Amino acid sequence: MNVIEVSHLTKYYGKARGIDDISFQVNEGEIFGFIGPNGAGKSTTIRLLLALIHPTAGSAAIFGKDCIRFGPEIRQEIGYLPSEVFYYDRMKVIDLLKYSASFYPKDSTARMHELAGIMELELNRRIEDLSYGNRKKVGIVQGLLHRPKLLLLDEPTSGLDPLMQRKFFQLIQDENRCGVTVFFSSHILGEVQRLCNRVAIIKEGKIIETADIRTLQKNNYKKVQLMGAKIDPSGFDLPGVSHLEHEDGAVRFFFKGDINVIMQKISSITVSDATIEEPTLEEIFIHYYE
Amino acid sequence: MSMNIFKQEFGMRWRSVVTWSAAIAAVMLVYISLFSSFAGQADQINQLMANYPKELLDAFGLNGTDLSTVMGFFGVVFLFTQVLLAIQASNYGFGLVSVEEREWTADFLMAKPVKRTSILTGKLLSAAAGLTVTNAIVWICSFGFINIFKAGRSYDTGSLVLLLGSIAVFQLFFLSVGLVVSLLVKRVRSVTPYAMGLAFGMYVLSAFGGLLGTSVIEDITPFKHFDPNYIVRHGMYDLPLVLISFGVVIVAFVASYLLYARRDVPAVS
Repeated sequence: MNVIEVSHLTKYYGKARGIDDISFQVNEGEIFGFIGPNGAGKSTTIRLLLALIHPTAGSAAIFGKDCIRFGPEIRQEIGYLPSEVFYYDRMKVIDLLKYSASFYPKDSTARMHELAGIMELELNRRIEDLSYGNRKKVGIVQGLLHRPKLLLLDEPTSGLDPLMQRKFFQLIQDENRCGVTVFFSSHILGEVQRLCNRVAIIKEGKIIETADIRTLQKNNYKKVQLMGAKIDPSGFDLPGVSHLEHEDGAVRFFFKGDINVIMQKISSITVSDATIEEPTLEEIFIHYYE
Repeated sequence: MSMNIFKQEFGMRWRSVVTWSAAIAAVMLVYISLFSSFAGQADQINQLMANYPKELLDAFGLNGTDLSTVMGFFGVVFLFTQVLLAIQASNYGFGLVSVEEREWTADFLMAKPVKRTSILTGKLLSAAAGLTVTNAIVWICSFGFINIFKAGRSYDTGSLVLLLGSIAVFQLFFLSVGLVVSLLVKRVRSVTPYAMGLAFGMYVLSAFGGLLGTSVIEDITPFKHFDPNYIVRHGMYDLPLVLISFGVVIVAFVASYLLYARRDVPAVS
C-alpha cells in the first residue's frame, strides 16, 4: 500500500510558485528522501500533506485518505517535525510535551520520558531558555511520542550537533524497523544517502527525478580518476564522458555508458594510478542541478 | 476534545486577564471615589458644563447628564470603563489566531489530530472565559465602589444592572470583529496597534460622530449601541441599535469559522 500518494499537487501563493504539478508515491515501511535546495518546494509539499495549507490543484492522500478532508483523522498517525521549531516560549518543556500528548487518545507518558532520555533533553527548563539545538530536540520528542506510523521530517537535523544527529538517525532507523514510514526532506545529501531507500529530487517546484538511491548511484555515472605524466586528456573526449578536467598529470571525468570502452582506453595508455568509483549523491545532485 | 486547547489557552492568558481586571478596577476606584466631591459642588459643575458646546459634551457622554446623581456620574465612569474593555477584548480578538502565526506555533497545533473548528472553539471559549472574569470584576467593583462612595445618595439599581448587563455583548463585539479582521489580513505583525485602532476608532465614531452629522456611521459602533448616557437617562437599551451589535457578533463569528477553516498557515521564510 502507498502510505503517501501525491498526484498533480500544485500550490501557488498568489502568483508565487510553491510547487507545480508534483506526483509521487511513498510505500509503506520505506524511508523516502526528498531533496532539493532551499526554496524548491520541500516545506510546501509537507505543509500540504498536513493540511496546513490548501492545494491550488491536484490532491494528496495519506493512508489512502484525502489529506484535507480526513485531515484530523490521518494526523492521528503522523509525527511532524517542522524545520523551524518555535513553541509557546513561556512553557516548560514537560508542559509542552504533555500538551502535545493530550491530543492523542493513548497514554504517551512512558514513551515521552524514554525519548527525552535518548535525546538528553532536560524536561524542567523553560523553552525560551533553550538553545536552537535543544528546541530541535523538543521537536523530535513531540513528533515521536505518540508512536506515529508516518513521520514527516522537514530538514530535521539542522541545529543538532553530530553526536545528536547520530542518535537521531539511530532513532529514525529503529522506528523504521518497527514499520514506520519516513518522509525525510533535506538539502544535505550525505544524510539522505545514509538513511533513505528512495529519493525524489525537487527543483524549482517540480520533481525532476524519483529513483531508488542505489540505482541512482550505480546505473548512472562512474567517477574516473587517472594519474600519469603523459596522459593526453583529449584522448578521453569520448561519448558518455562529461566534466573532463586535468591538472598536474591527473585526469578526472564522469562516465556513463559501457565501462569496457573506458577500460580498453585506459589499458592502451600508461598510467601510474587509476580509480573508478561511484559518485557521491552530491555529485549526481549537482549534475541534476546544472 | 478542545478542552486541552481551552486549558492551554486560558493558562497563557490568565496573567493578562488579571492585569486588565486590576487596571480597570483601579481606574473605576479612582473615578468613583471622586463622586462625593463632585456631588458637593454639583450646582457649580452643572453650570460650568452648561457653558460648554453641546458637541464637546456629546463627545464625553456628558450631554444632559446630571453629575450630582450617582447614576449620572457613574455613566461617565462607565464610558471610560467601556474604552478599556474594548481595548482588552480587541486585543484578545486580534491575537487569538495571529499570535500562533507570528510565533510559528500554528504548525505545531495544526499538525495535531484536531479539527480547525475545534481549535477555534477552544480558543474562543478561553478568551470569552477571560473576558467574563473581567466582566465579573467590573460588576463587583461597580456595586462595591458605588456603595462606598455614594455619599449617602440613593441610586437606581435597575439602570446600573442594565449598564453592567451590556458588557458581555460589548466585549464579544470587539472580540469577534478583532478576530475576523485578523483573519482577513494576511498577517498581523503586532496586535496592539490593531486593537487600539479598533477600540479608539469605535469610540471616536461614537464621540465625534455627531460632528460629522451622519448617524449612519454612528450606528456601527457599540459605544453608541450601549451609550451609558442613553441607558441611564432612559432606563432602557436603545433596542434597534443593540440588535446591530448582536448581528455584527454573529456575522463576525460565522465568517471567522469559515475563514479559519480555509486559511493557509503562513510558513517561516
